Amino acid sequence: MHSNAFNRYREKESFLHRLDPRVKVAATVAFIVSNALLPDGAWFAFAFAWAFLLACNLLSRLGASYTFKRSIIALPFALIAITVLFSVPGNPLAVFHFLNSTFAITDAGLLRFASILVRSWLSVQMAILLVAVTRFPDLVHALEHLRVPAILTTIIAFLYRYLFVLTDEVLRLLRARESRSAAAPGSRSGGGVAWRAKVAGNLAGQLFLRSYERSDRIHNAMLARGYAGRLYTLNPHEMRSKDYYAAAFALAFVFLTQLIGRF
Amino acid sequence: MLYSPAPLHIPDGFLSLMVSIVCWVAAALTLAAAISRTNRSLGERQIPLMGVMAAFIFAAQMINFPVAGGTSGHLLGGALAAIVLGPWAGMLVMTAVIAVQALLFQDGGLLVMGANILNMGLVTAAIGYGLYRLADGRSKTVKLGITGVAAWLSVMAGALLTSLQLWLSGTSPLQVVVPAMLGVHALIGVGEALITVSALGFILQTRPDLLGAESESSKAGKGWILAGGVISLFVVFLSPFASSHPDGLERVAEDLGFLQAGQAAPYNIVPDYTLPFLGQTALSTILAGALGAITVGLVVLLISRGIKAKT
Repeated sequence: MHSNAFNRYREKESFLHRLDPRVKVAATVAFIVSNALLPDGAWFAFAFAWAFLLACNLLSRLGASYTFKRSIIALPFALIAITVLFSVPGNPLAVFHFLNSTFAITDAGLLRFASILVRSWLSVQMAILLVAVTRFPDLVHALEHLRVPAILTTIIAFLYRYLFVLTDEVLRLLRARESRSAAAPGSRSGGGVAWRAKVAGNLAGQLFLRSYERSDRIHNAMLARGYAGRLYTLNPHEMRSKDYYAAAFALAFVFLTQLIGRF
Repeated sequence: MLYSPAPLHIPDGFLSLMVSIVCWVAAALTLAAAISRTNRSLGERQIPLMGVMAAFIFAAQMINFPVAGGTSGHLLGGALAAIVLGPWAGMLVMTAVIAVQALLFQDGGLLVMGANILNMGLVTAAIGYGLYRLADGRSKTVKLGITGVAAWLSVMAGALLTSLQLWLSGTSPLQVVVPAMLGVHALIGVGEALITVSALGFILQTRPDLLGAESESSKAGKGWILAGGVISLFVVFLSPFASSHPDGLERVAEDLGFLQAGQAAPYNIVPDYTLPFLGQTALSTILAGALGAITVGLVVLLISRGIKAKT
């Protein structure tokens, strides 16, 4: 497998890339919380937040539309919210008939639906930008500095490290299944759904055993190199003056957004 | 496609702040217990093991099998992780998986991650392990049968919790979201059950020693059976009730004040409880002023530290 398949980091020389990962994580979370706090229909505040997002995009030198192009990922979930169009009481905007029942899209419903979509869309873009300008190991170290328990961050670091290896393992298992599933033209290979599920389960069990045995070898190898329960990094992770300024600026921006949204 | 988003991962923006915070608190408390237990009972050898096992769950979610009409079933893994690794380690492993899915792939939001961890990692592990321990000392067939039921129920529990959170946030009405989510996940759960059962059967057949080593004492097992049983009963009784009588559940939630609390922002709740003698406008001004003062103070503090760091 191409080792880049799970890498969301985009190498560039920019202010955002150099910023301390702690500040980036905190600012992203503050931005998302701020979106959740904005009332429905606070369009000026949403526009202001979007402008901030665009500015961050430009600052990262990845191009103004970098996150926009990748932001459709949350859209399928919008299906879940589409029913608020009809369910929130308000003035009917459009009425149509379907299967003997009447549906009315209300203005309040439309307002809520659009607000939910905008909040989600802004939040997901900031998260996309965060991983594009921060290397994943730095992100994990930032979480550790932000008081996430070490056991969790270590598990996450290992998960990321062996994700690539075990994905290769899965692809090998799937290829093996594929190559044994030949069928004559017009007919389907394999048995019924339950049988196919059983084969998939056996693959999962096989993958578990391989992973378990691999983790044993990994641990022995780590002990051989002097592992004592801690992972080290060469990155010093020191907050410099511009990191503090950037954090202050992001906080002030979030506060301003809330003011715009409320008054 | 190597990685396809699962329908249970809630993105940011779909849950209200209040519901997100409550879910984060519940998830954090459970995880704190899981961390202290894991630190006490397992050696440092277990941390690389759990990391690789988290990667295993992540990779195992890519294993799929064709069902019909282009759809395919695949594994979520919460119940399987808890059964093969033990409940606390299973919870930590699932949390790491959900965190990486949210951080790296934006599959599930950051603010709502507490809810996602609760729905897909903690409840699934409690049900999976609790019911599995019911089969202690029984034959392999009984064990696998109960595992299948547990895997199916764990998916249903996640779907039920997700729909309740969406409803309390005002994102989707109860009479739509519960039947829709439960209907879809009743099928997804069957796939989960089939894969979990045959994966566990495979492990029991080839390396039964791995499963024996992880099980806790019988006393701890009783607690898990109780926890898993209670959550399962909750799912079994609430699901049909919520699907057939959404109005009843809605009325109960309204009487208890859940609905208003779920949709309100935290600072909107405070006035009702703390300073009732102050008028709505006066109080909101004071609160806004206090919030502003704190924010400005923080900004000044950060700038001053910036100046200090420079010199």
